[in-house]
This record gives sequence, structure tokens and C-alpha cells, in this order.
Amino acid sequence: MHWRAITRLFGILLMLYSLSFLPSVVIAFLYADGQWGVFSASLVITAVAGLMMWLPNIRQRSELSVRDGFLVVTLFWVILGVVGALPFLLGLHLGITDAVFESVSGFTTTGATVIVGLDQLPPSILYHRQQIQWLGGMGIIVLAVAILPLLGMGGMQLYRAEASGVAKHEKLTPRIAETARALWLIYLVLTLSCALAFWVAGMNLLDAISHAFTTVATGGFSTHDASLAYYDSPLIETIAIVFMLAGGVNFAIHFVSWRRLSIRPYGSDPEVRAYGVIFLFSSVFVAASLYWAGAYAGTWESLRHGTFQVASILTSTGFGTATFAEWPLHIPLVLVILSFTGGCAGSTAGGIKVLRILLLAKLGLRQLFLLAHPQAISVVKLGKRPVSESVLFSVWGFYVLYIVTALILTVAMMAAGLDLESAFGAVVATINLLGPGLGEVASNFASVSPVIKWLGVIGMLVGRLEVFTLLILFLPAYWRH
Amino acid sequence: MKIIILGAGQVGCSIAESLASEANDITVVDHQSALLEALQERIEIRTVIGHASHPDVLIRAGIEDADLILAVTNSDETNMMACQIAHTLFHTPTRLARVRSPDYLEHPELFTPESVPIDYIISPEHLVTTFIRHLIEQPGVLQILDFAEGKAQLVAVRAYYGGPLVGKALASLPRQMPLVESRVVAIFRRGRAIMPEGQTVIEADDEVFFLAASRDIPSVVAAFRRSDKRYRRVIIAGGGNIGKQLAQSLEKDFHVKVIELDPARCRVLAESLHHTIVLNGDAADSDLLKGEDIEETDVYCAVTDDDEANILSSLLAKRLGARKVISLINRSSYVDLAQAGDIDIAVSPAQITIGTLLAHVRRGDVVAVHSLRRGAAEAIEIIAHGDRDTSRVVGRRINELQLPAGTTIGGIMRGDSLVFPHSDTEIEPDDHVILFLADKQQIMDVERLFQVAITFL
Repeated sequence: MHWRAITRLFGILLMLYSLSFLPSVVIAFLYADGQWGVFSASLVITAVAGLMMWLPNIRQRSELSVRDGFLVVTLFWVILGVVGALPFLLGLHLGITDAVFESVSGFTTTGATVIVGLDQLPPSILYHRQQIQWLGGMGIIVLAVAILPLLGMGGMQLYRAEASGVAKHEKLTPRIAETARALWLIYLVLTLSCALAFWVAGMNLLDAISHAFTTVATGGFSTHDASLAYYDSPLIETIAIVFMLAGGVNFAIHFVSWRRLSIRPYGSDPEVRAYGVIFLFSSVFVAASLYWAGAYAGTWESLRHGTFQVASILTSTGFGTATFAEWPLHIPLVLVILSFTGGCAGSTAGGIKVLRILLLAKLGLRQLFLLAHPQAISVVKLGKRPVSESVLFSVWGFYVLYIVTALILTVAMMAAGLDLESAFGAVVATINLLGPGLGEVASNFASVSPVIKWLGVIGMLVGRLEVFTLLILFLPAYWRH
Repeated sequence: MKIIILGAGQVGCSIAESLASEANDITVVDHQSALLEALQERIEIRTVIGHASHPDVLIRAGIEDADLILAVTNSDETNMMACQIAHTLFHTPTRLARVRSPDYLEHPELFTPESVPIDYIISPEHLVTTFIRHLIEQPGVLQILDFAEGKAQLVAVRAYYGGPLVGKALASLPRQMPLVESRVVAIFRRGRAIMPEGQTVIEADDEVFFLAASRDIPSVVAAFRRSDKRYRRVIIAGGGNIGKQLAQSLEKDFHVKVIELDPARCRVLAESLHHTIVLNGDAADSDLLKGEDIEETDVYCAVTDDDEANILSSLLAKRLGARKVISLINRSSYVDLAQAGDIDIAVSPAQITIGTLLAHVRRGDVVAVHSLRRGAAEAIEIIAHGDRDTSRVVGRRINELQLPAGTTIGGIMRGDSLVFPHSDTEIEPDDHVILFLADKQQIMDVERLFQVAITFL
């Protein structure tokens, strides 16, 4: 472990991050909500902490190893989670538990909240919440597209430049830093177009920017308790659907089609195609179910709410136009299953990811096929490219760990006092980075006990860090040389 | 004609054999003296030992006054290099070479006189694949050969009891099928050729050769045998180059299974084939064949590189209930043996390859040559040039032509249309004339007939 180099790295990171409080200071002045002191204090605390980590280690420039990568990535979310909580502690006087939960929920783009009465909060604090999610989305894109493939986890080595998957389109750029810059530019462009669209559709400027932040990041924080239902506008919902889905697409595919100025890469990528099919099929299915159960009057309303919830939950955004947990019959469970499926790998969405689900489904089909033809040799393919057995194995391992972790967390939440439905709902909401859950946590986590909130924090980190990155830190072999 | 053949492998040897019988002056080059000695004992040729692309070896083989070089060694690179050297150093007029690797073949712009000077690329795997594909697409036929770039096809079919035309005179063919135009060019009865005339009666077990446009083939075939159902299920034994290419070209339209012994090769096949079931096992394992529903299989193709394995597994498949079995057989002595028994069609790669080569060896403007019945008979497409004064065919009616005995004009491609000539049809300049020669010995006479006088040009 290169401890001092890691400390230096986080020193720099904190100093950079302290700058992100500046927009909130500006907004505090513009809206005169009296919070400028809170953000200035946060800025100074963060910068000083960063400086104190950086100065003693200023000459520590040793290269980090791949093994350090797991720790760095985990610490990135943990430390930013703590720092991002400062304004909630200082400004809203929340307890440590609530502040950290809110901040981690932001950075992991989950969108679960413990704050009720958002509409009465100072604008600068609301903006800060939204911005946390946007920055978290930025982090995850680089993590998912550039770093996880290097660490070779859960089938993500498919996205390694030299392997198949994305590489069949073209190698992004040779260096992580350049790749990151290109991806952030796309992220920025998507956010700006989303903000513009919201603004034109009738939001005020601050709301438009705030919601664009959390839409493209597939986070789901809103500046209103009622979430997007506050606007009750089919146009705004449609815009949100488009940009949530865009946020749930592999950013490497965005990059390729942007560079070629063509939408063909979306159609030719098997994962994006499956993602599209899942979205369309589920929308129709949920809308038909809603209509059949008589939850809404008429086809149009069923379709509107069905489609929006499917997009929101599949991409793990969690914007609400309705509380899906209260929908009749089988519909809540269908949506929960969708949230486990998640968006594409390499996107801001959570869940197991369509790529892995696709490979697991093909693996299952192959097993059936081999029963019918015992002597057949069959290769699982993605598009027309063969997928190696080792990738399949690591996808399988990922799936098992993910489900087991979800089960253990559910047990723990029940032990902490939740009923089965709420416990399962809370796990779904956090590990899949969804936000809203079922039962007691159907719309927020305000009423549950601190233990459950901390379990939720763990769930969110596990989900965001793709299980392996976090769990490997608990493996004794990792710390041994 | 002075011909140099590089490589004394299977293709090289059978070509040398076939060309030597036509009074050509042939030299074969190979670096294995054993192969050359065996060849020299059988036929009258010159041999040179050495590396096929080295200039001094080529000079010893007499490249300086050779008319044609044919590079069919095992290595694509040697073949291409040899053609390059023949072109640059010796200005050999015609250069043919075998190139197998699809990586090269994907770039036809490579093979121009400026870069890799190969006039014609022979790819036996590709030819064999196309040949077998034709057989599978048209149930009931023994052979399909393309003329005029596939616009007309020569088809061999065996007549069976129950075919509407069997037991009737040929003259009733137009009455049988008023809308379809076709021409029977030859009939082989018990191994002997019969010149078809209006009153010739088709008997069961006759091998009938007819010429027709490709879309009409199924209806003509149906005249000679009860119509076969379209094939759907195909099993290919052997996943080598031919097996793989065949599966690739068939898998979209048929249910294809490939059986291959080597597990590593199976994986390669499974990776590159998308709708084919790849089975790892022995094609002669009857449990495997039964497990894969051999009795429901329409076509079983044995295409390994081992003649004996192909024959045995085909016989087994036929015994287990495959509707039709096709076997790849290199050794010519096996072909008759196999086809006389239970094997429906024996495919000889050498026979298929040789036709495309012969087109370049022939005098006159020959576009296509197909060697039939193991080289005894031949079908050729030749262009008539000149005018009434300079040519002995142009401007004359068919019955005025001095065609050698056993030779028939099956059809004429005039522009884009296939014309079936009558005795008073006149040959026009630039007609592509498709001739059938029951006896290859007459080929010289036909070539001479179509040559234009010196004064033309």
C-alpha cells in the first residue's frame, strides 16, 4: 500500500473539491438565504483538511498500483460522502447519521433522502444536494468506463480497450485522463441540453439546472417533496424520460456515436439494444397492468405513469410522479425486478447492469441447449463476438455476491426493526441506487432508525462500487503482500 | 502449351495429370523429391526440385519461355511471390495462383498487375463449397455448373421411375412444360454417352444433362423424378476449411450441424458460426448420429480431409437413415466405387478445381470449362469472334458447322438472354456458345473450329 501517496492524492482531491462549494456561496448571495457562511465554512474546512494531507506528503509521487486502486476508489466515495455532509451538519443542523446518509445518497446517485420539507429549504442547500449527485455521476462514469475495466471486475474486463465489447467500436482514447475528459464533455453536454429542455418546458432556471443535474446522473434528488409530480407536466416527464435513459446508456457508446456523428452505434451495441427492448416491453407491460388493475382512469394516464416509472426505476433514478410502492397487484415487484436489472454498464445507473443480465441469460440458455445436445460445443456471444469463459465466470461471481449481499442486508435491516417488505424495499432502494423503496421507506428514509440508515449507507456504497471493490477490502489476502 | 506447375500436392498432381493428356508441355516444381518421383512414374512430365518461388529454380523449370504459371503450393505467400517473380523477371503471360486465406481474398484490389500480379485466383475450398451448396439448394440433382456468370446452368440429374418424362421421348419435354425452356444436351446410360435426339426415350437410371436458366431448374428436374422436398436439415462431418465455409454459407437458410473431432477446433467453429450447432465427436460414432436425429436429416455431407473416413461415415449415415449423403473424395479411384454404392454424390475437389484452370489453358476465347464424369466429358463456354469471312462459325447456321461427333451445342448466351438453338439458328459475333463434348478428345477440333483466321484483328 502506498499510504502516503494515497494521502497526497486525497489532499489534492479535497482541495479541488472545496471549490465545488463556490457555486452554492454564489447562490446563497443571489437568493439571500443567509447560508453563505455555511458554505464558506465548509469550503475553508475542506481546503484546510486537504492542505494538511497534501503538504506533509508533497514529494510522495510513487505510482499507485492496481491493488491500491480498490482502496482509492472506495475511499473516494467515503471521504467525499463525509465532506459533502458538512453543509447539512452546519446549515440544516442534521445529526451526523442523517447528514452522511444524505450526502452518500447524493454521491452514489441513489436519491434516497431523510429530509422532509424540501420546498422550504434554502435554495443554496437544495442546489448543493443536486450538485453532489451530479459530481457523483461524473465520478462513476470515469470509474465505470476507465477504472473498473482495469481492475477486471464482474465481467467489466469486457470493456477493457483490448477486449471485445466497446473495443469493437474503437478504442476510446489511449489514456485514462483523456478518456475522462472526453466522457465529462459528453456528460456536460447532456446536462446542458437537459437543463435547457427543462427550462423551455417551464421550470425556473435554478430548478431546471438542479433537475438536469440529477436526471443525467440518474440520481433522483429533487428540490420538491413531490419530486417531478410537482410540475404535473407530461412534457417535463417526457424530457426526463429521454435524459434518464441517456444517462443509463454506456457513456463509451455515447462517445463513439458522438465522434462518428451517427446514431448507429446505439443500434449495433447488443447491450443498448437489450436495454431498449427491456424499457419498451416493461413500459407496455406496466401500463397495461395499471390499466387492467384500474389504478388510473384511461389508457393515456396509465401509459404516462407506467412509462415514466419504468424509465425512472430501470435507470435507478427514482424520480416520482407516483408512489410505485402503492400501485396494485404485481406491479411493485415488477418494478423492483427492473431496478435489479439496472442500466447499461459504464453508465450512471445502478443495479446489476443489463450487460451482466444479458450474459447470465445467455449462460442459462446455453445450459439448456447443452442438455439437448450433450456433445455440442457452445460459445456465449455478445453481438457476434465470443465471450471468454473467465468473463462469464466473473459475471456469475458478481451476480452471486450481489444477491447474497442484498439478502444479508435485508436480514440486518429486519433485525434492526423493519418489517419484511420495508426491509427488502430499503435494500432495493439503496443497493440498486434507486432511492424510493417499499413500505415504510416508500418515499423517504426520514422515519427509520439510525442503524437502518447506516446499513443503507453500506448498501449504497456496495451498489455504487460494484460489490467487489468494497468487499475486497475485507479480504485478509488483499492486505497481505 | 508450356505450363509450369508449382507444388505437387493433390491439386497440382491432378491438374498435371489432366493437362498432360492434352499434349501440353508440363513441368512440376516441388521441394519434396518423393512426390515428384511418384508423379513422374505415372505421367510424362518434367520435374524440378527446389523452392517454388526462387528465380533460379524457376529458370531451371524453363520459365523464360513458359506460357502459363500455376502456383498451387501449400503457402499463399509462396504462390503470390512466385507470380510476382514470374511477372517482374520473366514476363510470363498468364499467372494463376491458389490463395486460400480469406484475409487476402477480402481485398481483391491487391491482385492487379501493379501490386500482386495474379490473373486468376484459385480457391479450391471456395469452389467446393459453392458446388456443394448448389447441390443442397436444388434437391435431386447430381451436379450444377455455372455458365455465363451463373445466368445459365448445366444440371446433371438421375432419372427415376415415376418422373413424368421417364419412359417418354425427349420431344415431349416442351409439351410437358410449355412455359419452361431447357435443352437436354447429353444422356449417359450405363456409363456410355447417347446423343439426345427428339425420339430418344428417357429410361430410369439415365444420367441426364440439361441446360436451363437457374430459376427453371426445379421444374425441369421434376420432369425426371418425383419432386424432392426442399432440404432443411443438414449435418456436416468435418469442421476443416471446407466444413466451416460450407456451414457459414448454409447456416442462414438451413438447420446446420457440424461434427468435429478436435475440441479446440470446435471452439473456433462455435465462435465463428452463429446459427450452427457444433458437436464435438467422431462422425463415425453411430450413437452421436442417432442422438442428433440422423434419420430426420435431409443431407449428410462428409467433408473431412480423409477419404476413407468420409466414405465410411457417409455409408453409416445412409444406413442410419439420412436422406441423401454427399462425400468428399479426393482419390479418383474411390469416386466410382463410392458412387456405385450407397453414397448419393461423390464430390471430387480436383475435378471441380480443374475446370476453372482449363479455361485458361484452352486456345480461343474460352470463358468457362467444366470437366464432367471424371474428365471424360467436358462442357465449355466459348466466345465466337470475327465475321463470316474470318471465322468458321460466325454467320453460319448450326447445321452448317462441322462439329466433331459427340459434340452438341446446348445453348447460346446472346447478350443477357439464353437462346436454345435449332438447326437453322445462325451464330452471331460475340455469342457465347455453350458446347457439350461427350468425349474430351475432340476438344482440339472444337478449339480449331472457333479460332479466327490470322487476317482478322
